[in-house]
Amino acid sequence: MSLFTKFASLAAQYRQLEEAGANPFNVSFDSVLSPTEAMLKGRSVLLLGTNNYLGLTYDPAVIAKAVEATERYGTGTTGSRIANGSYAGHQELEQALAGYFNRKHGMVFSTGYQANLGMLSTLAGKDDHLILDADSHASIYDGARLGYAQVTRFRHNSPEDLDNRLRRLKDTPGDKVIVVEGIYSMLGDTAPLKEFAAVKRSYPDTYLVVDEAHSLGVLGENGRGLAEAAGVEADVDFVVGTFSKSLGGVGGFCVSDAEGFDILRVVTRPYMFTASLPPGVIAATLEALHQLQTRPALRRQLTENANRLYDGLAALGFTVGPEPSPVVSTVMPSPEAAFAFWARLLHGGLYTNVSLPPATPKGLALLRSSVSAAHTPAQIDHAIAMFAEAGRELGLIPAAGAKSQGEPVLATAK
Amino acid sequence: MGGLVGDIREIIFETLRSSLPKPVEITENTHIVEDLGLDSVAVMDFVMEIEDRLDISVPLDKIAEIETVGDLIAAMQNLRAGS
Repeated sequence: MSLFTKFASLAAQYRQLEEAGANPFNVSFDSVLSPTEAMLKGRSVLLLGTNNYLGLTYDPAVIAKAVEATERYGTGTTGSRIANGSYAGHQELEQALAGYFNRKHGMVFSTGYQANLGMLSTLAGKDDHLILDADSHASIYDGARLGYAQVTRFRHNSPEDLDNRLRRLKDTPGDKVIVVEGIYSMLGDTAPLKEFAAVKRSYPDTYLVVDEAHSLGVLGENGRGLAEAAGVEADVDFVVGTFSKSLGGVGGFCVSDAEGFDILRVVTRPYMFTASLPPGVIAATLEALHQLQTRPALRRQLTENANRLYDGLAALGFTVGPEPSPVVSTVMPSPEAAFAFWARLLHGGLYTNVSLPPATPKGLALLRSSVSAAHTPAQIDHAIAMFAEAGRELGLIPAAGAKSQGEPVLATAK
Repeated sequence: MGGLVGDIREIIFETLRSSLPKPVEITENTHIVEDLGLDSVAVMDFVMEIEDRLDISVPLDKIAEIETVGDLIAAMQNLRAGS
Protein backbone atom coordinates (compact mmCIF):
# COMPACT_ATOMS: atom_id res chain seq x y z
CA MET A 1 0.00 0.00 0.00
CA SER A 2 1.34 3.40 -0.89
CA LEU A 3 0.12 6.83 -1.84
CA PHE A 4 0.28 5.79 -5.45
CA THR A 5 -1.77 2.60 -5.15
CA LYS A 6 -4.73 4.49 -6.51
CA PHE A 7 -2.85 4.98 -9.77
CA ALA A 8 -1.84 1.32 -10.10
CA SER A 9 -3.75 0.49 -13.27
CA LEU A 10 -2.69 3.71 -14.97
CA ALA A 11 0.89 3.14 -13.85
CA ALA A 12 0.86 -0.33 -15.41
CA GLN A 13 -0.26 1.09 -18.75
CA TYR A 14 2.35 3.83 -18.53
CA ARG A 15 5.09 1.31 -17.78
CA GLN A 16 4.02 -0.73 -20.79
CA LEU A 17 4.46 2.27 -23.05
CA GLU A 18 7.87 3.01 -21.53
CA GLU A 19 8.97 -0.59 -21.98
CA ALA A 20 7.84 -0.57 -25.59
CA GLY A 21 10.14 2.44 -26.01
CA ALA A 22 7.30 4.49 -27.45
CA ASN A 23 5.55 6.61 -24.87
CA PRO A 24 3.67 9.51 -26.48
CA PHE A 25 3.41 11.21 -23.10
CA ASN A 26 7.14 11.26 -22.40
CA VAL A 27 8.97 12.42 -25.50
CA SER A 28 12.22 14.28 -24.98
CA PHE A 29 13.74 15.96 -28.01
CA ASP A 30 17.54 16.19 -28.30
CA SER A 31 16.98 19.64 -29.72
CA VAL A 32 14.34 21.65 -31.52
CA LEU A 33 15.56 23.23 -34.74
CA SER A 34 12.68 25.29 -36.06
CA PRO A 35 8.87 25.54 -35.74
CA THR A 36 8.62 22.37 -37.85
CA GLU A 37 11.75 20.33 -37.15
CA ALA A 38 13.47 18.72 -34.20
CA MET A 39 16.06 16.06 -33.44
CA LEU A 40 15.02 12.94 -31.54
CA LYS A 41 17.48 10.19 -30.65
CA GLY A 42 19.88 11.53 -33.25
CA ARG A 43 17.29 11.58 -36.04
CA SER A 44 15.45 14.43 -37.65
CA VAL A 45 11.67 14.57 -37.12
CA LEU A 46 8.96 16.69 -38.71
CA LEU A 47 6.83 18.37 -36.02
CA LEU A 48 3.10 18.01 -36.66
CA GLY A 49 1.78 18.30 -33.14
CA THR A 50 3.00 21.41 -31.35
CA ASN A 51 0.15 23.97 -31.71
CA ASN A 52 2.70 26.41 -33.14
CA TYR A 53 0.03 27.80 -35.45
CA LEU A 54 1.80 30.82 -36.87
CA GLY A 55 5.31 29.43 -36.48
CA LEU A 56 6.49 32.54 -34.63
CA THR A 57 8.76 30.77 -32.12
CA TYR A 58 11.83 31.40 -34.28
CA ASP A 59 10.81 34.75 -35.74
CA PRO A 60 13.96 36.93 -35.67
CA ALA A 61 12.11 40.06 -34.51
CA VAL A 62 10.35 38.17 -31.72
CA ILE A 63 13.64 36.67 -30.55
CA ALA A 64 15.40 40.05 -30.73
CA LYS A 65 12.76 41.61 -28.48
CA ALA A 66 13.06 38.77 -25.97
CA VAL A 67 16.84 39.13 -25.86
CA GLU A 68 16.74 42.90 -25.55
CA ALA A 69 14.18 42.83 -22.71
CA THR A 70 16.04 40.08 -20.88
CA GLU A 71 19.29 42.03 -21.05
CA ARG A 72 17.64 45.24 -19.88
CA TYR A 73 15.17 44.01 -17.29
CA GLY A 74 16.55 40.67 -16.19
CA THR A 75 15.45 37.06 -16.43
CA GLY A 76 12.49 37.16 -14.09
CA THR A 77 10.22 39.27 -11.91
CA THR A 78 10.82 36.95 -8.93
CA GLY A 79 7.26 37.29 -7.75
CA SER A 80 3.69 38.39 -8.25
CA ARG A 81 2.54 41.72 -9.56
CA ILE A 82 0.77 42.64 -6.35
CA ALA A 83 3.87 41.99 -4.26
CA ASN A 84 6.76 42.83 -6.59
CA GLY A 85 5.01 45.35 -8.80
CA SER A 86 4.35 45.35 -12.51
CA TYR A 87 7.00 46.14 -15.10
CA ALA A 88 6.16 48.56 -17.90
CA GLY A 89 5.88 45.62 -20.29
CA HIS A 90 3.04 43.95 -18.39
CA GLN A 91 0.84 46.99 -18.76
CA GLU A 92 1.97 47.64 -22.31
CA LEU A 93 0.98 44.10 -23.29
CA GLU A 94 -2.37 44.40 -21.52
CA GLN A 95 -3.10 47.62 -23.38
CA ALA A 96 -1.96 46.12 -26.67
CA LEU A 97 -4.27 43.13 -26.20
CA ALA A 98 -7.22 45.32 -25.20
CA GLY A 99 -6.55 47.55 -28.21
CA TYR A 100 -6.32 44.63 -30.60
CA PHE A 101 -9.63 43.19 -29.37
CA ASN A 102 -11.27 46.67 -29.23
CA ARG A 103 -11.90 46.21 -25.51
CA LYS A 104 -11.46 48.55 -22.60
CA HIS A 105 -9.58 46.19 -20.33
CA GLY A 106 -6.94 43.51 -20.50
CA MET A 107 -5.32 41.31 -17.90
CA VAL A 108 -2.34 39.02 -18.35
CA PHE A 109 -1.86 35.69 -16.57
CA SER A 110 1.24 33.53 -16.31
CA THR A 111 -0.27 30.67 -18.37
CA GLY A 112 -3.41 30.09 -20.39
CA TYR A 113 -4.42 27.45 -17.86
CA GLN A 114 -4.23 30.04 -15.11
CA ALA A 115 -6.28 32.53 -17.14
CA ASN A 116 -9.18 30.05 -17.13
CA LEU A 117 -8.54 29.05 -13.55
CA GLY A 118 -8.60 32.70 -12.52
CA MET A 119 -11.48 33.98 -14.60
CA LEU A 120 -13.92 31.12 -14.06
CA SER A 121 -13.28 30.79 -10.34
CA THR A 122 -13.78 34.53 -9.86
CA LEU A 123 -16.47 35.64 -12.31
CA ALA A 124 -19.06 33.24 -10.90
CA GLY A 125 -19.43 33.41 -7.13
CA LYS A 126 -21.21 31.24 -4.59
CA ASP A 127 -24.74 32.04 -5.71
CA ASP A 128 -23.95 32.17 -9.42
CA HIS A 129 -24.01 29.50 -12.11
CA LEU A 130 -21.34 28.35 -14.52
CA ILE A 131 -22.66 26.60 -17.60
CA LEU A 132 -19.92 24.82 -19.51
CA ASP A 133 -19.82 23.15 -22.89
CA ALA A 134 -19.39 19.45 -22.11
CA ASP A 135 -16.21 19.17 -24.22
CA SER A 136 -14.46 22.03 -22.42
CA HIS A 137 -10.72 21.91 -21.81
CA ALA A 138 -9.43 20.70 -18.43
CA SER A 139 -8.49 24.26 -17.46
CA ILE A 140 -12.16 25.27 -17.74
CA TYR A 141 -13.30 22.34 -15.60
CA ASP A 142 -10.55 23.08 -13.08
CA GLY A 143 -11.41 26.78 -12.99
CA ALA A 144 -15.03 25.82 -12.33
CA ARG A 145 -13.94 23.53 -9.48
CA LEU A 146 -11.74 26.18 -7.92
CA GLY A 147 -14.66 28.56 -7.49
CA TYR A 148 -17.88 28.25 -5.52
CA ALA A 149 -20.49 28.53 -8.24
CA GLN A 150 -22.95 25.80 -9.18
CA VAL A 151 -21.57 24.13 -12.29
CA THR A 152 -23.52 22.33 -14.97
CA ARG A 153 -22.51 21.25 -18.45
CA PHE A 154 -24.51 21.28 -21.67
CA ARG A 155 -24.21 19.01 -24.68
CA HIS A 156 -21.23 19.90 -26.81
CA ASN A 157 -22.06 22.61 -29.35
CA SER A 158 -25.80 22.38 -28.65
CA PRO A 159 -27.57 25.78 -28.43
CA GLU A 160 -30.75 23.83 -27.69
CA ASP A 161 -29.30 22.19 -24.59
CA LEU A 162 -27.78 25.50 -23.47
CA ASP A 163 -31.26 26.98 -23.75
CA ASN A 164 -32.66 24.09 -21.66
CA ARG A 165 -30.12 24.76 -18.92
CA LEU A 166 -30.84 28.49 -18.84
CA ARG A 167 -34.58 27.88 -18.86
CA ARG A 168 -34.28 25.57 -15.84
CA LEU A 169 -32.40 28.34 -14.02
CA LYS A 170 -34.84 31.08 -15.04
CA ASP A 171 -36.33 31.53 -11.60
CA THR A 172 -33.11 30.83 -9.71
CA PRO A 173 -31.32 33.95 -8.49
CA GLY A 174 -27.68 34.60 -9.38
CA ASP A 175 -25.72 35.44 -12.52
CA LYS A 176 -25.26 32.84 -15.23
CA VAL A 177 -21.89 32.54 -16.95
CA ILE A 178 -21.68 30.49 -20.15
CA VAL A 179 -18.27 29.15 -21.19
CA VAL A 180 -17.43 27.91 -24.69
CA GLU A 181 -14.31 27.59 -26.82
CA GLY A 182 -13.51 28.99 -30.26
CA ILE A 183 -11.82 25.87 -31.64
CA TYR A 184 -11.96 22.68 -29.58
CA SER A 185 -8.49 21.28 -29.15
CA MET A 186 -9.30 17.61 -29.57
CA LEU A 187 -11.31 17.45 -32.82
CA GLY A 188 -10.69 20.96 -34.15
CA ASP A 189 -14.38 21.79 -34.39
CA THR A 190 -15.71 25.33 -33.82
CA ALA A 191 -18.61 26.43 -31.63
CA PRO A 192 -21.91 27.61 -33.20
CA LEU A 193 -21.23 30.97 -31.58
CA LYS A 194 -23.91 32.98 -33.39
CA GLU A 195 -26.57 30.60 -32.07
CA PHE A 196 -25.06 30.57 -28.58
CA ALA A 197 -25.03 34.38 -28.58
CA ALA A 198 -28.71 34.43 -29.53
CA VAL A 199 -29.58 32.07 -26.65
CA LYS A 200 -27.53 34.19 -24.26
CA ARG A 201 -29.33 37.37 -25.34
CA SER A 202 -32.71 35.86 -24.53
CA TYR A 203 -31.95 35.48 -20.80
CA PRO A 204 -31.25 38.23 -18.26
CA ASP A 205 -28.11 38.31 -16.09
CA THR A 206 -26.33 35.96 -18.46
CA TYR A 207 -22.72 36.41 -19.59
CA LEU A 208 -20.65 34.73 -22.27
CA VAL A 209 -16.98 33.73 -21.93
CA VAL A 210 -15.19 32.49 -25.05
CA ASP A 211 -11.84 30.77 -24.80
CA GLU A 212 -10.04 31.58 -28.04
CA ALA A 213 -6.89 29.61 -27.12
CA HIS A 214 -6.81 27.68 -30.41
CA SER A 215 -8.57 30.29 -32.55
CA LEU A 216 -6.58 33.48 -31.79
CA GLY A 217 -4.57 34.29 -34.89
CA VAL A 218 -6.39 31.51 -36.71
CA LEU A 219 -9.98 32.67 -37.28
CA GLY A 220 -11.50 36.04 -38.18
CA GLU A 221 -10.57 38.74 -40.68
CA ASN A 222 -8.09 40.20 -38.17
CA GLY A 223 -7.31 36.96 -36.38
CA ARG A 224 -9.31 37.83 -33.28
CA GLY A 225 -10.83 34.38 -33.21
CA LEU A 226 -14.22 32.75 -33.60
CA ALA A 227 -16.17 35.68 -32.13
CA GLU A 228 -14.82 37.90 -34.90
CA ALA A 229 -15.39 35.26 -37.57
CA ALA A 230 -18.99 34.73 -36.40
CA GLY A 231 -19.63 38.49 -36.11
CA VAL A 232 -20.72 38.29 -32.48
CA GLU A 233 -17.94 40.06 -30.60
CA ALA A 234 -20.49 42.41 -29.02
CA ASP A 235 -22.21 39.44 -27.37
CA VAL A 236 -19.01 38.06 -25.88
CA ASP A 237 -18.41 39.56 -22.44
CA PHE A 238 -15.00 38.02 -21.76
CA VAL A 239 -12.42 36.67 -24.18
CA VAL A 240 -9.84 34.35 -22.66
CA GLY A 241 -6.79 33.13 -24.52
CA THR A 242 -3.21 32.00 -24.44
CA PHE A 243 0.18 33.19 -25.67
CA SER A 244 1.49 29.65 -26.04
CA LYS A 245 -0.03 28.72 -29.38
CA SER A 246 -0.30 31.30 -32.18
CA LEU A 247 1.87 33.77 -30.22
CA GLY A 248 4.65 31.25 -29.68
CA GLY A 249 5.39 32.07 -26.03
CA VAL A 250 3.75 31.28 -22.72
CA GLY A 251 1.06 33.08 -20.73
CA GLY A 252 -2.65 33.79 -20.82
CA PHE A 253 -5.00 36.73 -20.94
CA CYS A 254 -8.52 38.01 -20.59
CA VAL A 255 -9.98 41.08 -22.32
CA SER A 256 -13.35 42.65 -21.62
CA ASP A 257 -15.44 45.81 -21.60
CA ALA A 258 -16.93 44.95 -18.21
CA GLU A 259 -17.11 47.97 -15.96
CA GLY A 260 -14.98 47.63 -12.84
CA PHE A 261 -12.83 44.93 -14.46
CA ASP A 262 -9.67 45.96 -12.58
CA ILE A 263 -11.02 44.74 -9.23
CA LEU A 264 -10.20 41.27 -10.58
CA ARG A 265 -6.53 42.04 -9.91
CA VAL A 266 -7.08 41.80 -6.16
CA VAL A 267 -9.63 38.98 -6.04
CA THR A 268 -8.37 36.50 -8.66
CA ARG A 269 -6.12 34.11 -6.80
CA PRO A 270 -4.42 32.47 -9.84
CA TYR A 271 -3.41 36.01 -10.86
CA MET A 272 -2.40 37.22 -7.40
CA PHE A 273 -0.49 34.33 -5.93
CA THR A 274 1.91 33.39 -8.68
CA ALA A 275 4.95 34.96 -10.29
CA SER A 276 4.25 37.31 -13.19
CA LEU A 277 5.66 36.63 -16.63
CA PRO A 278 9.36 37.43 -17.15
CA PRO A 279 10.24 40.55 -19.21
CA GLY A 280 11.60 38.45 -22.08
CA VAL A 281 8.32 36.57 -22.49
CA ILE A 282 6.29 39.77 -22.28
CA ALA A 283 8.42 41.52 -24.90
CA ALA A 284 8.36 38.50 -27.21
CA THR A 285 4.58 38.23 -26.89
CA LEU A 286 4.12 41.92 -27.69
CA GLU A 287 6.18 41.50 -30.84
CA ALA A 288 4.38 38.28 -31.77
CA LEU A 289 1.04 40.06 -31.36
CA HIS A 290 2.36 42.78 -33.68
CA GLN A 291 3.37 40.13 -36.24
CA LEU A 292 -0.01 38.43 -35.92
CA GLN A 293 -1.71 41.72 -36.74
CA THR A 294 0.56 42.84 -39.56
CA ARG A 295 1.14 39.56 -41.38
CA PRO A 296 -2.25 38.21 -42.46
CA ALA A 297 -0.38 36.05 -44.97
CA LEU A 298 0.57 33.77 -42.06
CA ARG A 299 -3.10 33.12 -41.38
CA ARG A 300 -3.81 32.40 -45.03
CA GLN A 301 -0.88 29.99 -45.21
CA LEU A 302 -2.05 28.27 -42.01
CA THR A 303 -5.54 27.80 -43.44
CA GLU A 304 -4.15 26.42 -46.69
CA ASN A 305 -1.93 24.00 -44.80
CA ALA A 306 -4.77 22.92 -42.53
CA ASN A 307 -7.07 22.26 -45.48
CA ARG A 308 -4.33 20.38 -47.29
CA LEU A 309 -3.74 18.02 -44.38
CA TYR A 310 -7.44 17.59 -43.54
CA ASP A 311 -8.43 16.87 -47.15
CA GLY A 312 -5.43 14.62 -47.65
CA LEU A 313 -6.16 12.45 -44.62
CA ALA A 314 -9.90 12.31 -45.35
CA ALA A 315 -9.16 11.20 -48.92
CA LEU A 316 -7.02 8.35 -47.60
CA GLY A 317 -10.06 7.03 -45.71
CA PHE A 318 -9.24 8.25 -42.20
CA THR A 319 -12.12 9.41 -40.04
CA VAL A 320 -11.32 13.07 -39.43
CA GLY A 321 -13.03 15.79 -37.36
CA PRO A 322 -16.17 17.60 -38.50
CA GLU A 323 -14.42 20.55 -40.15
CA PRO A 324 -10.93 21.51 -41.32
CA SER A 325 -8.92 23.53 -38.80
CA PRO A 326 -5.29 23.68 -37.71
CA VAL A 327 -6.15 20.82 -35.34
CA VAL A 328 -6.50 17.72 -37.52
CA SER A 329 -7.39 14.56 -35.63
CA THR A 330 -7.98 11.09 -36.98
CA VAL A 331 -10.15 8.67 -35.04
CA MET A 332 -8.42 5.42 -34.05
CA PRO A 333 -10.29 2.18 -33.34
CA SER A 334 -8.66 1.84 -29.90
CA PRO A 335 -5.99 3.37 -27.65
CA GLU A 336 -3.69 0.48 -28.65
CA ALA A 337 -4.13 1.33 -32.32
CA ALA A 338 -3.43 4.99 -31.53
CA PHE A 339 -0.20 4.04 -29.72
CA ALA A 340 0.92 1.73 -32.52
CA PHE A 341 0.13 4.28 -35.22
CA TRP A 342 1.82 7.09 -33.29
CA ALA A 343 4.95 4.99 -32.76
CA ARG A 344 5.03 3.97 -36.42
CA LEU A 345 4.75 7.60 -37.56
CA LEU A 346 7.46 8.70 -35.16
CA HIS A 347 9.70 5.87 -36.29
CA GLY A 348 9.31 7.25 -39.80
CA GLY A 349 10.21 10.75 -38.59
CA LEU A 350 6.80 12.36 -37.97
CA TYR A 351 5.84 13.72 -34.54
CA THR A 352 2.11 13.80 -33.71
CA ASN A 353 0.03 13.45 -30.50
CA VAL A 354 -2.07 10.71 -28.96
CA SER A 355 -5.22 11.90 -27.19
CA LEU A 356 -7.25 9.52 -25.06
CA PRO A 357 -10.38 9.57 -22.92
CA PRO A 358 -11.28 11.21 -20.59
CA ALA A 359 -9.44 14.10 -22.28
CA THR A 360 -11.28 13.33 -25.53
CA PRO A 361 -15.03 13.47 -26.20
CA LYS A 362 -17.18 10.36 -26.48
CA GLY A 363 -14.45 8.00 -25.38
CA LEU A 364 -12.56 8.47 -28.66
CA ALA A 365 -8.93 7.50 -29.11
CA LEU A 366 -7.34 10.11 -31.37
CA LEU A 367 -4.16 10.53 -33.33
CA ARG A 368 -3.98 14.31 -33.23
CA SER A 369 -2.00 16.60 -35.48
CA SER A 370 -1.66 20.35 -35.50
CA VAL A 371 -0.55 22.39 -38.46
CA SER A 372 1.65 25.51 -38.61
CA ALA A 373 1.89 28.34 -41.11
CA ALA A 374 5.58 27.47 -41.09
CA HIS A 375 4.96 24.08 -42.71
CA THR A 376 5.74 24.00 -46.41
CA PRO A 377 3.23 22.31 -48.71
CA ALA A 378 5.96 19.71 -49.32
CA GLN A 379 6.15 18.96 -45.59
CA ILE A 380 2.37 18.54 -45.41
CA ASP A 381 2.44 16.21 -48.42
CA HIS A 382 5.25 14.23 -46.84
CA ALA A 383 3.18 13.88 -43.66
CA ILE A 384 0.15 12.68 -45.66
CA ALA A 385 2.34 10.12 -47.42
CA MET A 386 3.55 8.84 -44.07
CA PHE A 387 -0.02 8.59 -42.77
CA ALA A 388 -0.88 6.61 -45.91
CA GLU A 389 2.01 4.20 -45.54
CA ALA A 390 1.65 3.63 -41.79
CA GLY A 391 -2.14 3.57 -41.95
CA ARG A 392 -2.15 0.86 -44.63
CA GLU A 393 0.55 -1.12 -42.89
CA LEU A 394 -1.55 -1.20 -39.70
CA GLY A 395 -4.80 -1.82 -41.56
CA LEU A 396 -6.34 1.46 -40.42
CA ILE A 397 -7.24 2.56 -43.94
CA PRO A 398 -8.01 0.67 -47.16
CA ALA A 399 -5.18 -0.37 -49.48
CA ALA A 400 -4.00 2.09 -52.14
CA GLY A 401 -6.52 2.42 -54.94
CA ALA A 402 -9.32 0.76 -52.93
CA LYS A 403 -12.45 2.75 -52.20
CA SER A 404 -12.70 3.87 -48.61
CA GLN A 405 -15.78 2.62 -46.85
CA GLY A 406 -18.06 4.45 -44.52
CA GLU A 407 -18.43 8.03 -43.53
CA PRO A 408 -15.02 9.72 -43.39
CA VAL A 409 -16.11 12.73 -41.36
CA LEU A 410 -16.98 12.41 -37.74
CA ALA A 411 -20.17 14.25 -36.97
CA THR A 412 -20.09 15.64 -33.46
CA ALA A 413 -23.74 16.58 -33.22
CA LYS A 414 -25.75 14.14 -31.16
CA MET B 1 -46.55 14.53 -14.33
CA GLY B 2 -43.59 12.27 -13.30
CA GLY B 3 -41.59 12.65 -10.16
CA LEU B 4 -42.83 9.41 -8.73
CA VAL B 5 -40.10 7.40 -7.04
CA GLY B 6 -40.73 4.37 -9.25
CA ASP B 7 -40.62 6.43 -12.45
CA ILE B 8 -37.25 7.97 -11.69
CA ARG B 9 -35.83 4.62 -10.67
CA GLU B 10 -37.08 3.00 -13.88
CA ILE B 11 -35.77 5.84 -16.06
CA ILE B 12 -32.31 5.60 -14.48
CA PHE B 13 -32.10 1.82 -14.89
CA GLU B 14 -33.28 2.04 -18.47
CA THR B 15 -30.86 4.84 -19.39
CA LEU B 16 -27.97 3.09 -17.69
CA ARG B 17 -28.65 -0.18 -19.51
CA SER B 18 -28.84 1.50 -22.88
CA SER B 19 -25.60 3.42 -22.37
CA LEU B 20 -23.48 0.38 -21.51
CA PRO B 21 -21.67 -1.44 -24.30
CA LYS B 22 -22.79 -4.86 -23.01
CA PRO B 23 -25.61 -5.97 -20.72
CA VAL B 24 -24.68 -6.06 -17.04
CA GLU B 25 -26.94 -6.83 -14.10
CA ILE B 26 -27.64 -3.56 -12.31
CA THR B 27 -28.96 -3.10 -8.78
CA GLU B 28 -29.12 -0.11 -6.47
CA ASN B 29 -25.84 -1.31 -4.97
CA THR B 30 -24.02 -1.32 -8.30
CA HIS B 31 -20.97 0.94 -8.08
CA ILE B 32 -21.04 3.17 -11.16
CA VAL B 33 -17.30 3.63 -11.66
CA GLU B 34 -15.93 0.34 -10.31
CA ASP B 35 -18.63 -2.09 -11.45
CA LEU B 36 -19.56 -0.50 -14.74
CA GLY B 37 -16.12 0.77 -15.71
CA LEU B 38 -17.30 4.25 -16.67
CA ASP B 39 -14.72 7.05 -16.49
CA SER B 40 -15.49 10.52 -15.10
CA VAL B 41 -16.60 11.91 -18.45
CA ALA B 42 -18.69 8.84 -19.30
CA VAL B 43 -20.53 9.25 -15.98
CA MET B 44 -21.23 12.91 -16.73
CA ASP B 45 -22.42 12.02 -20.25
CA PHE B 46 -24.73 9.37 -18.88
CA VAL B 47 -26.15 11.78 -16.29
CA MET B 48 -26.91 14.11 -19.19
CA GLU B 49 -29.29 11.54 -20.64
CA ILE B 50 -31.14 11.42 -17.35
CA GLU B 51 -31.17 15.22 -17.10
CA ASP B 52 -32.93 15.32 -20.48
CA ARG B 53 -35.46 12.68 -19.48
CA LEU B 54 -36.31 14.37 -16.18
CA ASP B 55 -35.79 17.97 -17.38
CA ILE B 56 -33.45 18.82 -14.52
CA SER B 57 -29.83 20.02 -14.31
CA VAL B 58 -27.48 18.17 -11.99
CA PRO B 59 -24.57 20.27 -10.70
CA LEU B 60 -21.13 18.66 -11.14
CA ASP B 61 -20.43 18.59 -7.39
CA LYS B 62 -23.56 16.48 -6.94
CA ILE B 63 -22.41 14.08 -9.65
CA ALA B 64 -19.03 13.79 -7.93
CA GLU B 65 -20.72 12.60 -4.74
CA ILE B 66 -22.59 9.79 -6.48
CA GLU B 67 -21.02 6.35 -6.09
CA THR B 68 -23.78 3.78 -6.50
CA VAL B 69 -26.90 3.56 -8.63
CA GLY B 70 -28.86 4.01 -5.39
CA ASP B 71 -27.03 7.32 -4.72
CA LEU B 72 -27.91 8.43 -8.22
CA ILE B 73 -31.61 7.62 -7.75
CA ALA B 74 -31.66 9.49 -4.43
CA ALA B 75 -29.88 12.52 -5.89
CA MET B 76 -32.29 12.71 -8.83
CA GLN B 77 -35.30 12.38 -6.55
CA ASN B 78 -34.02 15.21 -4.35
CA LEU B 79 -33.33 17.47 -7.32
CA ARG B 80 -36.68 16.68 -8.84
CA ALA B 81 -38.45 17.36 -5.57
CA GLY B 82 -36.61 20.66 -5.21
CA SER B 83 -37.34 21.89 -8.73
